Amino acid sequence: MAEASAWAALRSAAGSQGPAVPSIGSVARLMLERDLRLAFRKASQLVQPMAFFVIVTTLFPLAVTPNLVQLRRIAPGVIWAAALLSSLLALEFLFRDDAHDGTLEQFALSGRSLTGLLLAKTVAHWLLTGLPLALMAPIAGAALGVPEAAMPGILATVAIGTVTLSLIGAVGAALTMGLRRSGALLSLLTLPLVIPVLIFGARATQLAIRSEAYRGPLLLLAALAVLAITLAPLAVTAAVRINLE
Amino acid sequence: MNWTWFHRLASPPYLYRTAGRLTPWFAWPAAILIFAGLIGGLWLAPPDYQQGDAYRIMYVHVPSAWLSLMMYGIMGIAGGIGLIWRMKAAHAVAASAAPIGASFALVTLVTGSLWGKPMWGTYWAWDPRLTSELFLFLLYLGYMGLRSAFEELQRADRASAVLAVVGLVDVPIVHYSVVWWNSLHQGALVFLGRRAMPFSMTVPLMLMFVGFTLFSLSVLAMRLRAEVLNRERSARWVREEVGA
Repeated sequence: MAEASAWAALRSAAGSQGPAVPSIGSVARLMLERDLRLAFRKASQLVQPMAFFVIVTTLFPLAVTPNLVQLRRIAPGVIWAAALLSSLLALEFLFRDDAHDGTLEQFALSGRSLTGLLLAKTVAHWLLTGLPLALMAPIAGAALGVPEAAMPGILATVAIGTVTLSLIGAVGAALTMGLRRSGALLSLLTLPLVIPVLIFGARATQLAIRSEAYRGPLLLLAALAVLAITLAPLAVTAAVRINLE
Repeated sequence: MNWTWFHRLASPPYLYRTAGRLTPWFAWPAAILIFAGLIGGLWLAPPDYQQGDAYRIMYVHVPSAWLSLMMYGIMGIAGGIGLIWRMKAAHAVAASAAPIGASFALVTLVTGSLWGKPMWGTYWAWDPRLTSELFLFLLYLGYMGLRSAFEELQRADRASAVLAVVGLVDVPIVHYSVVWWNSLHQGALVFLGRRAMPFSMTVPLMLMFVGFTLFSLSVLAMRLRAEVLNRERSARWVREEVGA
């Protein structure tokens, strides 16, 4: 029901010309609420990236060594590689369903800023994968022998780094949204572009584990996130428009 | 400034003929310069006091690395022009540049690792330059993969152009993050170019630089002709041109 009213609001936003037209901010908020609600109704999509993250981190103690001292040394790499792959896993569906049923076309025609709406969808993706991953990372870290003092640092690093992952990933998802089997291509497009996030993220995590100052790489991660927020939505919009034509 | 020459390049027959006319002007000087550079680099230049004859691979390695970057620049700028002014000819340039750049990136990686074996004792070291070259190669593969994934030419052109422009912004960030990443772990390696080289070593390198650049431009012109013909295959001027 709530979704239907959200749609009515969107439709009236597109149709009416009077002073009652809601601002782009409120339309984007409706968009965000809708995406979150859809995700919670289809819980498997929500759980799968998390389960994937847990499985990938479990592989390393089994494959490398169960020795916690040695695991602590590779923990930053394990956490970041797993976070990168889990974030990618959910990307394939970011625009796909909305492209298939014509929703994106309606957004493009609505007269509202398409960039704002797509940014709202990307924020939803971060809230559904980036944030849970950030909350999971300290738990995975504990299993890899990471000391408790490093937990806030790991949480902050993963939370900020995944913002960039979601935004750059959205560019890849928008470029491949019309293609039938895009999983491998999407990884090939996205992974080389997000290498800086992996490097600075793993570095900050490593420093946090050694209880050294990790502010430097963390600030670089934040700078990357700011740059991505500024530029990526433009590329996402261009890519979506090309695929709608 | 008069931009007529630029606008005329948007016409496929004109572009086709111009590329054909330019090809020998690039190809012949390239052949002569590369020949001279090879003689100078492989015979006349003295062996390095530290690396012996192994350093000579740089006469192929360094120009290839430069061209793998230059072709990415051409691809990204042409893609941007194609996106902004909806110029189909620019997309044809971008499409022709990608495989050339990818080939040079591969040559750079192969020659780099061949040089690494006698010098570092290993075919592959996670040296910042080699690593960022590897990512450049993967970016090329992604670009070509995206291009070939679309059935519709126009969509392939514009979608891959968006990727090329995003890459143009990202490539320097990737490069410097890789450089900082490694310098955090170990001391900077001493590179060949940093030390002063004798004249007899530098001149062949310069010849190879210019020769390789002209060679790649001639290949670009030839690929562009094939690309334009393929894109315009149903047009009448193509039938007249190929005499079918």
